[in-house]
Amino acid sequence: MTILAAEEPNPVLPHTSEIIVGLVAFGLLFFFLRAKVFPMFEKTYAERTASIEGGMKEAEESQAEAQQLLEQYRSQLSEARSEAARIREDAKQQGQTIVDDMRREAEEEAQRITSRAHAQIEAEREQVLRSLRTEVGTLATTLASRIVGEALEDDERSQRVVERFLDDLESAEASDAAVGPASRDE
Amino acid sequence: MIAAESPEFHSPGPADFEFPPIFGEGTFFTKPMLVVVLGTIAVGAFFYFAARRATVVPGKLQFAAESFYGFVRNQIAMDAIGREGSKYVPYLVTLFGFLVALNISGIIPILQLPATSKIGIPLGLAAISWIIFNYVGIRRQGFGGYFKNMMFPPGVPKALYPLLAPLEFLSTVVFRPATLTLRLTFNMFAGHLVLLLTILGGEYLITEYQGVVGYAAGSVSLLFSIVLTFFEGFIQILQAYVFTLLTAIYIGGALTHEH
Repeated sequence: MTILAAEEPNPVLPHTSEIIVGLVAFGLLFFFLRAKVFPMFEKTYAERTASIEGGMKEAEESQAEAQQLLEQYRSQLSEARSEAARIREDAKQQGQTIVDDMRREAEEEAQRITSRAHAQIEAEREQVLRSLRTEVGTLATTLASRIVGEALEDDERSQRVVERFLDDLESAEASDAAVGPASRDE
Repeated sequence: MIAAESPEFHSPGPADFEFPPIFGEGTFFTKPMLVVVLGTIAVGAFFYFAARRATVVPGKLQFAAESFYGFVRNQIAMDAIGREGSKYVPYLVTLFGFLVALNISGIIPILQLPATSKIGIPLGLAAISWIIFNYVGIRRQGFGGYFKNMMFPPGVPKALYPLLAPLEFLSTVVFRPATLTLRLTFNMFAGHLVLLLTILGGEYLITEYQGVVGYAAGSVSLLFSIVLTFFEGFIQILQAYVFTLLTAIYIGGALTHEH
């Protein structure tokens, strides 16, 4: 302890005890912090750096993965689109085919119905014609018997009528082959 | 001073920095030393509890301590010393923390004494810094090389050497530790003195001088002391920073002297 003047101490002159206390306190603090604190901080710094870098790497990886997935989905989507277009095209063609088939079948059916109707009409006409002929034959025979009955005395004339009738019948028979045998009138 | 019946006002002076031993006559432990011990424990505890459960995602305390550590590491050590700076980070962080605590003690209630205003403490720290930067300089450049580069810097006209050599030697070896010590000590000394003056003066004006003038001037003085307290807090942190930064610059200069 050095005091220059009796009353006013000189602040420039250090107290030895204060130097020692200051140095000891600083020294203790320094060695304590260096042993217990600073290594922890450096370790934490390193860990933090590692975790941040790891996180960034991870993020990059997942981004790349996402990109790849996106590409995959895009190609799948375009594949699906072309597939759908193809299916649509096929369906259109098939539809066309079906419609064509149906139309053809319908036409055939119509033709068949028409031809059957024709045949039926023809058959009916034939039948009508046949029964008509039979009736006409009966009528003619009746008529003929009557004529024959009344004008029996005129032998020669009736003979001629019968001759002519038969001739006519024969010629009609020859002209229409579809008509049954002419002799049935006899 | 004008009022005859009131006692004389003693303006604070260097005597206010002298304290009797706490444990009675004959022992050495005084109030500044108590401040040193408490400040050391506070800094140690702060860092200890911050680092005790240090995790990658820091809590508030750990974040504060790491910010302090990171500031000294990146803004002081790496900037002033360079890549080799990491070796000196423990010393610089301890120095900055120790100085902040012992400076700030000047505005902490009850303590209200910057321990660094006692010249012995800055002197001890300046001595450590002086030993470190001279030691690393001599180890890096050799004993002769260190003093040769210091006193005869290359790129200077030879005619100037007679003038430059003693100046450079004195500057590095004597003035650097002296200015480190005196700058810190008397910033703290003067700041404490001004605070004492405004507080004790205001108290004297109100309790002893009295009257309208005494109350008005005393109130202004006390209010001003509050403003000054904040200003002192700023100066105390700034001076701790300056001491630490200059130490780092001296170390950096000793390491990277160009041949």
